[in-house]
Amino acid sequence: MYEGPVQDLIDELGRLPGVGPKGAQRIAFYLLAADPADVRRLVDALTEVKDKVKFCTICGNVSEAGQCRVCRDPRRDLAVICVVEEPKDVVAIERTREFRGRYHVLGGAISPIEGVGPDDLRIRELMTRLADGTVTELILATDPNLEGEATATYLARLVKPMDLKVTRLASGLPVGGDLEYADEVTLGRAFEGRRALEV
Amino acid sequence: MYVRALSVTDFRSYPAAVIELEPGVTALVGPNGQGKTNLVEAVGYLATLGSHRVALDAPLVRMGADRAVVRGKVVREDRETLIEVEITPGKANRARLNGSPVTRARDVLGTLRTVLFAPEDLAIVKGDPSQRREYLDELLVARSPRYAAVHSDYDRVLKQRNALLKTSGHARRTGSSLGTLDVWDAHLATAGAAVLAGRHELIDALRPLVDKAYAAVSRGGGPALLEYRTSLGEDVTETTDRELLEAALAAALAQARDKELERGITLVGPHRDDLVLSLGELPAKGYASHGESWSFALALRLAAYDLLRSDGGEPVLILDDVFAELDDTRRESLAELVAPAEQVLITAAVAGDVPAQLSGSRWDIAAGQVTRVR
Ligand SMILES: Nc1ncnc2c1ncn2[C@@H]1O[C@H](COP(=O)(O)OP(=O)(O)OP(=O)(O)O)[C@@H](O)[C@H]1O
Ligand SMILES: [Mg+2]
Ligand SMILES: [Zn+2]
Repeated sequence: MYEGPVQDLIDELGRLPGVGPKGAQRIAFYLLAADPADVRRLVDALTEVKDKVKFCTICGNVSEAGQCRVCRDPRRDLAVICVVEEPKDVVAIERTREFRGRYHVLGGAISPIEGVGPDDLRIRELMTRLADGTVTELILATDPNLEGEATATYLARLVKPMDLKVTRLASGLPVGGDLEYADEVTLGRAFEGRRALEV
Repeated sequence: MYVRALSVTDFRSYPAAVIELEPGVTALVGPNGQGKTNLVEAVGYLATLGSHRVALDAPLVRMGADRAVVRGKVVREDRETLIEVEITPGKANRARLNGSPVTRARDVLGTLRTVLFAPEDLAIVKGDPSQRREYLDELLVARSPRYAAVHSDYDRVLKQRNALLKTSGHARRTGSSLGTLDVWDAHLATAGAAVLAGRHELIDALRPLVDKAYAAVSRGGGPALLEYRTSLGEDVTETTDRELLEAALAAALAQARDKELERGITLVGPHRDDLVLSLGELPAKGYASHGESWSFALALRLAAYDLLRSDGGEPVLILDDVFAELDDTRRESLAELVAPAEQVLITAAVAGDVPAQLSGSRWDIAAGQVTRVR
């Protein structure tokens, strides 16, 4: 245990995701020794993020205004929604420049272990967006892990009565990778998940 | 294949040790508690990313150290591969192949294959079903490393589903989370079917090999029989058809749902199954004599060795302290059966415990010092 402010800082840092007690101590002492101007910038960035950044009222993405850049863009296709877990997934998909529709950010995935059920995600908001019939296609781009798959299955079942085209991102071999260099597990799964090629 | 060199850092009792190995037989000899098993345990770890003695990694790291490192040079068809694994308890292992980091440690599985015989093997025959499931599942992974992912998927779905069932009282009232139970059922059925198909196929391949090995070890005893006992009912105990298994598991889950909600735990699936071992009409567990049980345990390991060898890539045999446990007949049979293997690593407290047919190089282990004597 350290004195007053130092211990407070360690405790606060230790509450961040991915930071253990040892890491919290390392960061705290790094900050103690750091240039005051550097620390100032960090403090400003933190304050700014909390003051300025909001969540888009339509899709739930982070946004400086009431609606995010994607939702404000009139060129985006209103008929397609891509469902993702986190704002960072929006960034990743935007980088591919492949997708021209809009997003819906759930804020996580279903995980009973962590106490996250459907009611804790922005699923009701999604259903509201789907209600008026503008949207005709739903792309489920939750993470390719168990919780992401379960969330996708849940959503697919939920919207089944709605007569939408529902697709799931293909997962398996990394695109652009060489078959030869794919690890055995990935390759094995890719084989299992193989689909007939329609010609 | 064979291990040409092993080096450990802060592994078990060793701050550091290096040992050069050759094809053929190598015996590690020394009094109790000197660190013989620790060394072969390290070899086994490179092959399976687990220990045959403990379920968790913490005891593998030398008391007082933060992490352990195990390195091995494996020669297979004249190609040498360096496997390095860093073990940090509570964290994911890190591993490298020929100096390049791999994405997940389990990517090294399949590079080295071992079959390890140890006194603990008796528990496969005499212990509870989890021991026999572990025998099957480990062998599945050794045969095809993709099963490491299949098993971890299943374990993960099971944990999630159990967590949901535990809060089911609440869910029953609100009705909302029950909708997700259907989803977890579907995922459990898919993941479980993959495990079951693997086990069924494996048992089919093992049957003749186990019976043959039992006859050889016991000099004419047997027949030694294997039968899979599943919670899904009789008609799917043999099939490897994944769709059929998935449907059967889904149906079993639907049928068990009320009871599961009441108990808050998943009651059907491969995590509840057993591999029943019998000698003729009688089950081995509870009926077989001590010697017969040992023969069965040895037969299971020898069959694993045969199977891996027939898949290509002869595994390294590790015999940890087993000869001291066996009577003369079984000792001789085992020695005969393993003598032709490409590499055999033996640990024994006294040199006299190593059968004469298995003479080869010898290292003495005393107080953590490893010295070659022959
Ligand atoms: N994490 C650890 N840190 C330090 N020492 C350890 C650790 N784990 C085990 N040891 C020590 O290693 C020794 C056991 O070594 P090992 O099991 O290899 O013995 P052995 O030579 O096979 O003996 P036996 O003939 O009885 O089987 C014990 O003395 C134990 O205290
Ligand atoms: Mg020992
Ligand atoms: Zn938006």
